[in-house]
Formats: sequence, C-alpha cells, structure tokens
Amino acid sequence: MITQVWQWLTSASSWEGSAGIGHRLLQHLEYSAITVLIASALAIPLGLWIGHTGRGRWMVTAANSLRAVPSLGLLFAVALWLGPKLHGNSAYVVPSIVVLVVLAIPPLLAGAYAGVAGVDPAARDAAHGMGMTEGQVLLQVEVPCALPLMLSGVRSATLQVIATATIASAVSLGGLGRFLIDGLALGEYNVMAGGAIVVALLALGVDTVLAALQAAVVSPGLSGGTSRFRGRRTRTDRGQPTASENEPGVVGVVAKG
Amino acid sequence: MKRTIGIAAAAAATALTLTACGGGSSPLSNSSSNSSTGAAPASKAPSTTISVGAANFPESQVLADLYAGALNAKGVKATTGDPIGAREVYLKALKDGSIDLVPEYMYSLLTFYDKTANQKDPQAIYNALKTKIPATQVLLNKSQAQDANSIAVTKATADKWHLKTIADLAKHSSQVTLAAPPEFKGRQQGLLGLQSDYHFTPKFIPLQGNAVVQALKNGQAQAANIFTTDPSIITDHFVLLQDPKHIFGSDNVVPLMNKAKATPQVTKILNAVQAKLTTANLGAMDKQVQVDHKDPQAVANQFLKDQGLS
Amino acid sequence: MSFVSANWGDIVHRALLHAWLAGLPLFLGLLISLPVGWLAQRSRVLRPFLVVGSGLLYTIPSLALFILMPLIIGTKILDPLNVIIAMTIYTIALLVRSVSDALAAVPADVRQAATAMGYTPARRFLAVDLPLAVPVLAAGLRVAAVSNVSIVSVASLVGISQLGFYLTDGYERTYGTEIGVGIVACVVLALIFDLTIVLLARVLTPWQRVNAA
Repeated sequence: MITQVWQWLTSASSWEGSAGIGHRLLQHLEYSAITVLIASALAIPLGLWIGHTGRGRWMVTAANSLRAVPSLGLLFAVALWLGPKLHGNSAYVVPSIVVLVVLAIPPLLAGAYAGVAGVDPAARDAAHGMGMTEGQVLLQVEVPCALPLMLSGVRSATLQVIATATIASAVSLGGLGRFLIDGLALGEYNVMAGGAIVVALLALGVDTVLAALQAAVVSPGLSGGTSRFRGRRTRTDRGQPTASENEPGVVGVVAKG
Repeated sequence: MKRTIGIAAAAAATALTLTACGGGSSPLSNSSSNSSTGAAPASKAPSTTISVGAANFPESQVLADLYAGALNAKGVKATTGDPIGAREVYLKALKDGSIDLVPEYMYSLLTFYDKTANQKDPQAIYNALKTKIPATQVLLNKSQAQDANSIAVTKATADKWHLKTIADLAKHSSQVTLAAPPEFKGRQQGLLGLQSDYHFTPKFIPLQGNAVVQALKNGQAQAANIFTTDPSIITDHFVLLQDPKHIFGSDNVVPLMNKAKATPQVTKILNAVQAKLTTANLGAMDKQVQVDHKDPQAVANQFLKDQGLS
Repeated sequence: MSFVSANWGDIVHRALLHAWLAGLPLFLGLLISLPVGWLAQRSRVLRPFLVVGSGLLYTIPSLALFILMPLIIGTKILDPLNVIIAMTIYTIALLVRSVSDALAAVPADVRQAATAMGYTPARRFLAVDLPLAVPVLAAGLRVAAVSNVSIVSVASLVGISQLGFYLTDGYERTYGTEIGVGIVACVVLALIFDLTIVLLARVLTPWQRVNAA
C-alpha cells in the first residue's frame, strides 16, 4: 500500500494534465485564496468595528454558532439551492465558494474582534489623550495590537478552508478533493491516500508561510507579551460564548471537513 | 427511511451508557454488518442474519429493501445499512464480509471484471458473468427488469444537433460537458469506453445521484449518464442515444451473494422476488422514491405486499 | 414536517448513533490528551513536538482518514470503529494544546502551596491542577465536540449510519427538506453536547460560582 501511494505520488503521469496533481494543487490554492480573501474582506472590518465600538457583539456569538452547522450539509443545501440558478461551471464553483466563505468567517471575525477588544485600555486612553481621532486610534493603535490574534484568525480560517475544500468535491468542485472523491468512487485507495498527503502538506506549507508572515509583521513590542495577557483573559472573561475564543491557538479552531 | 431492522437502536442506547474499553464498534455493527470486531459478545448477531448492502443511488436502495423485506417476511433475518458507495467499494464490502448480498446489474458487473466483454444476449452475459465472479460468491436468478447505463441528452440538444447515436454526439465532442458519477471516469462503461469506441472526449462533471439529472436539466451539462429506468427520462423528455458499439448493455438486475449465506431457503425467497421484477415496475418504484420522495423501504414493502411476497 | 413525523424513530436512532460516534471519541481523546498535554506542559523540549505534531493531525482530510483506516488497522470497510478512531485522532489534535494551556494556567503559587502541604505529584495533579484546569479544558472540549458532530456527518459518504445520511440522501434525491432535517438535527446534537460540557464544567468548578456571586 505504502509503495503504491509512493508510486502514485512520484510518477510523472499523476502530476500531468488537467486531472494531475499539479493542476489540482493550483486549483485548490486558487479556490482557497479566493475564499479567504472574500471572507477576510467581510469579516475583518466587521470584527474591528465590533471590537472598537463594543457594539454588535452578538454577531461574534452568532458567527461562532455557525460552527455547529455540518459543512457537508451546508454544501449540499447551497448546491441544491443555487445550482439551478447558475450556468456552466459556475453552478458548481459558486456554491462551494459561498459555503467555504461562510465557514471561514467565524475564526476571522473572532480573531479581529478579540484582538481589538483585548487591547490594553491604558494604551487606548493614552492614544486618545495624545489627541488621536477614533480612526487613528483604531488604525494606529488597536489594529497593530490586534494583529497577532487577527492573523491567528486568518491562519485558522485558511487551514479550515483548505481542509473543507476537499469535501466540496462531493458537489463537483475541482481541486485536491477530487483525488479523495474519485479515489473513493473508483476504490483507488492509493490515490486517496496520496491525495490526503498532498492536502496535509499543502495545509502545512501554507500555514508555515502564514506563520512566518505573522512573525514578520507583528510589532516587536507585542511579541512575547501577548500570550500572557490572553491567558489571563481567558479565565476572567465570562461574557464570552466560548472562553477559548481568546486563546491564540483556538481562535479559529474549526469545524473542518 | 428506517434502514435498520431489529435491536440496533436499543443496543446503541445501552452502549451509550457504557464507558469505553476499546470495543467501540459493537453497538453499531448491527446496522451495517453482522460481523463483530473485538469486544462484542459472542451471542450477538447469529450468523444466519443476511446483511444486504446497497450502492449509492436510490434504485439500489429500493432493491436492497426489497430483498431484505422479502427475507424478513419469510422468517429469515435480514438487515440493510446505509448506501455504501460505487461498485468499486461495495464489492470490497461483499468480499470482506461486511455485507452478504448486494443488488447487481449484469452487463455493468461483467465489464467491471472483463473490459473486453461484448455479449448482447442476457443469457450469454449471465453465463459469462458466472465464470468471472469470485469463487466465494454466487449469482441468483436474473430478473427481467433491466436498468442499463445510457447517455442522455435533452430533446432540444437532440433536435439541434440531429442526434440519434452516441457517435453523432461525439462529433460535437469539444462542445459537450458530460455529467456522471465520479466512477464513470475510470470505467470501461464510462469515459474509457466512450473514448476507445467513439473517440468521444467530453468535458466531465462528476456528480452523484439525482444531481446528474439536474445538471442535464439545468443546462450545466449537454449530456449525462442516466439510468434507463430513471423517471426523469419521461418527465423531462430526455433522449437516450443509441449505442451501436455496445459499451452499455443488457443490465438485468441480479442479486450477488456470498455463497456461505446462500442457503436453499434464502435462494428460493430471493428468486421469487426476481421473478416478479420487471423494468416497468422497477421504474415505477424509482419514481416514487426519486420524484415523490417516498421512503424506499415503504415503497419496497408495498411492492412485496402487492406481489404477494410478504 | 411530515418528513420528521414519518421518520421520527429513524431520526432518533441516527442521532443516537451520531452521538456515539462523536461522543465516545471525545471521551477517549480527552483520556489520551491528558497525559500528552501534561507531558507537553512539563517538558520544554517535547512541547513543540507534541503540540504542533498533534495539531498537524487535524490537517488530514476526514474523508481520507475514514477510508484509509481499514488499511491501517485492518478493520472491515464498514466498521464504525474506523470513524471512532479517526474522530479520536481529531479530538487529540484539538485537545493536546488545550490541556497543555490549561495546566500552564494553573497559578504557580497554588501549585507550590499544594507541594508544601505534602501533596505527592500524582495527587497534586489530580486534586489541584486538574480541577483548576477545568474551565480552559472545557472550552477546548466544547470546540472539539462541535467539530466532531460536524465531521462525523461526512462518514455518510462511506456508508456509516448516522445523521449525515439525510444530507447525502437528500442531495442525491434533490430533496431539500431531508437535507434541512439533517442539518437541524446535527445542530441540535451539537448544542446538546455543548450544553452538557458547560453544565459539567460548572458542577466541577463550584468556586467559580462563588466568585461570580
């Protein structure tokens, strides 16, 4: 079995062509990137606003409760509902992207919100005292302070999207999930195993890149200190739907596929 | 929809109250197989129980419910589980004893074992098939009921391109997207055969169950792999293309069983069901399940009752 | 609604199977994560390997793990054990970090006080560290529980009976109602799990209620 998987992974023929690993990998990255970009554009500004104003916190709670919705069911429901309204290939791509965006929103929203809400009130007061406008406080103080958690949210969302995009192949999406669904249908377990390995490696690779990015953009004044105050908040912040939402590692832990 | 018979629910409920000691499978195995792994008590699931498997499309579930229902009605304990998957998967389940019986289709099964098969006569197919299946398995009687694979197009497409046969459609290869289950891609009765026999290489959308029909109906695909018993052929006026190269063929319904479970009594009961099945009444049952969304087991039981089989 | 009333018994039956497939791994995963997380928290050298390594398990696609399990452990392909073990792996992936963080959050002075009172390390772990870690642990368990309920539904693609059947069957029959019932049933089950863990955590941490009052 292991040798068969290895053979599949290393043979040139499984990498070539529109159904090859190379093309499927790029497709998978493309869908994932589009999804995370759309979801970020929606969720991060909203999360920042909620964190800054303290209003609309119910939205974070509501988004979190979305995690209880089974991804597979959401995919089938949206595919069934949107499919007939769309033409050609978009009938299969659009529903999948919509569902993946919905699934990516909770960790992104929670990250952005918790990041801003967790900013030391003293820092905020100091910024106000220096005569900064609300906008300046948000962009120059709160966002940089919130960056570690915000980016944790992005990392979790990305991992989740990469994993869940595989089951979107059950509603005909391309990408690496095809190796799982087609491999299952044809009883080609070496293809499934190989495909799973490629997905896991992709997730690992993307996460490593994002982690490096996170380390590079986070203000040096923050790195090191953050995990301590977050740990404390976790135990005191009782109003939260899930106390762990403020934990860096759990910000976006996911309802994966 | 109640696909399990017997005490599985009670067993699961009891098991929920137990703490784990590694025998995690035991409360569930009633529902999908009569096998046991590890910690299951020896008294459970007598080996006479027939576990009937089904492929992942509605007709196969109806047939599985028919077989299980007929057996239960005559005092042979039989269970059904959830749909397992495509032939490539459920044959593995039959082989490893997870299931004992599965509804099959003769020519599809034959080409699965022998890509070069080209028999046309049902009896010839049946005889050839007998020599191809594993020695541990047995075919029961074939029924008159046929449900073959086919390539279907909408009436509009057929008119526009003047299509009669798959060869006609192949001339428009570059403009065609074909919807079919994922396994179609790797089968002789699928893209392989279409390519070798018709030089037909359409774009391919892998879909499951009725989603294939929907894709054709909604115009996302210009052609689709549709079963000849599918109710949509009538309701949506699909045109089935002729297949002069005979890559699809006489797909009579036939139960495939593990020999060890095929006692004379079981064989007799199942062959009685086979004798009553026709393409027409199978199609009618498909319609009830797929279009009217009736429960497959209820539909099967009604049929058994109407035919005096229960 | 007629679908619900016509299939009520089956829905309950599948919900029980689903609860078993998602719940037992939660329990097994916690049992395994406790020592692993403890080790990760104790050892600076091992921590990155254990925490990151277990987290990596979560990147394995669930469908693949369900299918490949028989090849790894030699079970039959329709054996629910495949799902139980796969889900236990995912639970561990989520909980090792939680356990390690939860133990790290136990104040050092409390731990020292316990040692000074003559607690042996084992007794201190059970009587002091573990109870104090309950709130963070419970938070981790809640995430794992909700995640498990969602992932188990994917097993319907490989023929294991649970609520996910309504999702695949509804899709294959173009029957939106059935999918809706499946989704709602999964959500309700997830909420029950969530509520149970919250209640258990409350019962186990009476001092928190005193503080709140």
